[in-house]
Amino acid sequence: MLSALDKIYHSDAFAAGLLNPAVPTPQFVLGPDGAKADKRYNVYRNNVTVSLINAVVDIFPAVQSIVGEDNFRFLAREYVRAHPPSSPLLFLYGQDFAAFVAQFEPAKEIPYLADIARIERCWLTAYHAADIAPLDIAELSKVDTASIGDLRFAMHPATGIVASNYPVHDLFLMHRGFMEKAPVDMTNAQSIMLTRPQNDTQVVLLDAGQCAFFTAIEAQKSLGEAAGEGIKTDPNFDLNTAIQMLIGTGATSHLVSQ
Amino acid sequence: MTSSPLRRHREEGLAAFPAPSNQRFATGQKLAPVSAGVSFKHDYLDAILKDVGDVGFLEVHAENYMGDGGYPHRTLEKIRENFPISLHGVCMSLGGPKALSQDHLRRFKALVDRYEPAMVSEHLAWSTHDDIFLNDLLPLPYTAQTLDHVCTHVNQMQDTIGRKILLENPATYVLFEQSVMSETDFMRQIVQRTGCGLLLDINNVFVSATNHHFSALEYLDEFPLEHVGEIHLAGHTEQHDDQGNRLLIDSHDRAVSDPVWQLYEDVIETNGCVPTLVEWDSDLPSWEVLRAEAGYANKILKRSERMHQLNNLGTRHAVSA
Repeated sequence: MLSALDKIYHSDAFAAGLLNPAVPTPQFVLGPDGAKADKRYNVYRNNVTVSLINAVVDIFPAVQSIVGEDNFRFLAREYVRAHPPSSPLLFLYGQDFAAFVAQFEPAKEIPYLADIARIERCWLTAYHAADIAPLDIAELSKVDTASIGDLRFAMHPATGIVASNYPVHDLFLMHRGFMEKAPVDMTNAQSIMLTRPQNDTQVVLLDAGQCAFFTAIEAQKSLGEAAGEGIKTDPNFDLNTAIQMLIGTGATSHLVSQ
Repeated sequence: MTSSPLRRHREEGLAAFPAPSNQRFATGQKLAPVSAGVSFKHDYLDAILKDVGDVGFLEVHAENYMGDGGYPHRTLEKIRENFPISLHGVCMSLGGPKALSQDHLRRFKALVDRYEPAMVSEHLAWSTHDDIFLNDLLPLPYTAQTLDHVCTHVNQMQDTIGRKILLENPATYVLFEQSVMSETDFMRQIVQRTGCGLLLDINNVFVSATNHHFSALEYLDEFPLEHVGEIHLAGHTEQHDDQGNRLLIDSHDRAVSDPVWQLYEDVIETNGCVPTLVEWDSDLPSWEVLRAEAGYANKILKRSERMHQLNNLGTRHAVSA
């Protein structure tokens, strides 16, 4: 029986089964001459599910390369059903994919997988980020040396940082085809910063001190506070190198006025 | 299945577009009726700039350029400096009952303002429901109520972007018990109520006609061809439904099929020339293969143009005699 609500809100009933195979074909969809239309409705279920899985594949190719295509498509299908996109702009999709991977039981034996997913999500954000000039070093020379420790920086919209306890810099580059595959030392912790000062995305390897420093800068802590975070994490932290990286990689777009 | 000859429409089906204001672009004006285009993909950029062949315009999916910056915009700038473009929206969800996304409308308008496309089009379909984006062109029943929704949305889109849009007929796999009018009646009423134009996708007509056991020629006969500002052609694949009947899928992953070319020739010969686009969105061929598909459409357009010119000449001679 067709309820009045089905008649009015046809799209509610039509949408209900698209990502949920347990929901039967809506009774009001038909083939020619009123024939039943399960296979026909399944074309839409398939289009929706497969196109969203393909979108996840496009965003996270290194994760797919690590776990293999069949495993990845299984993971992606679970993800698109649990977390379908809310925006029609699919280049924004997958913000919570890394968190999903981290709690996904079959993937738990690959502890670095979620960090790779984080890097790939940052990579796509950098790719589409606004074309904004990075901070001009001349801006720094205008600052009174006594107050340099009070400086705060706004991050460039392309910049993303991923802290990790695993060699994710090398793994990411290898599984994106940017670096020849070779055995990696799993005890070698690598963090990563992506920037896009002009046209091309840069991959910047960070050690633990630098990662703490840039994470503090990103949180708009002062340069002095960020230096403190760096030293606290790594006694050998070199502030000069870190400041050169901050300017040279285009990680920041402007100074934040106090 | 029955078929009937097409009515002899003689009106030129082109919408009037506003004059261009941005001089750095090659053209912002409407396309010549004898124009064949293809879907643009980034991988073709270098090949296109090297030898575009008979391709007169390029169509892009609006959503691919709704990011803030980066490579997609640099590429589209390069294309737009050299060619007219058609901006084809795939995610506005005009056919849904819910209000359109203000953010999506704003981004769409920004693209129209920035790139001054020769044509702007969207689909008679829905793709967003309850804030979930389903990434497919989903069908709707044709009722008084859905007609109201679509007209409200088309008006809203046209008002926001300040341009007339072309609305594309869908390829569908199911029919709705709720429908009370034909697709062609539904689209004709949208045109009357909103002043929009139409994008006639002839592959979609063939796919739907096969799937729902009606005559493609009769559909085209009832279609308001005088409002068509662009034609789409594409390839389809074949499956089977629950009863074992052919079920065609609008897959855009291969060359245009012979029956679709045949219908296209019929439409162009009887209705006159309209800018025509070959869509190919997955399993992409080489640039040479895609260019040749557009070249074939261009040949049909040119031949038809000559035929119409000769017919007109004949008519004038007949009158003066």
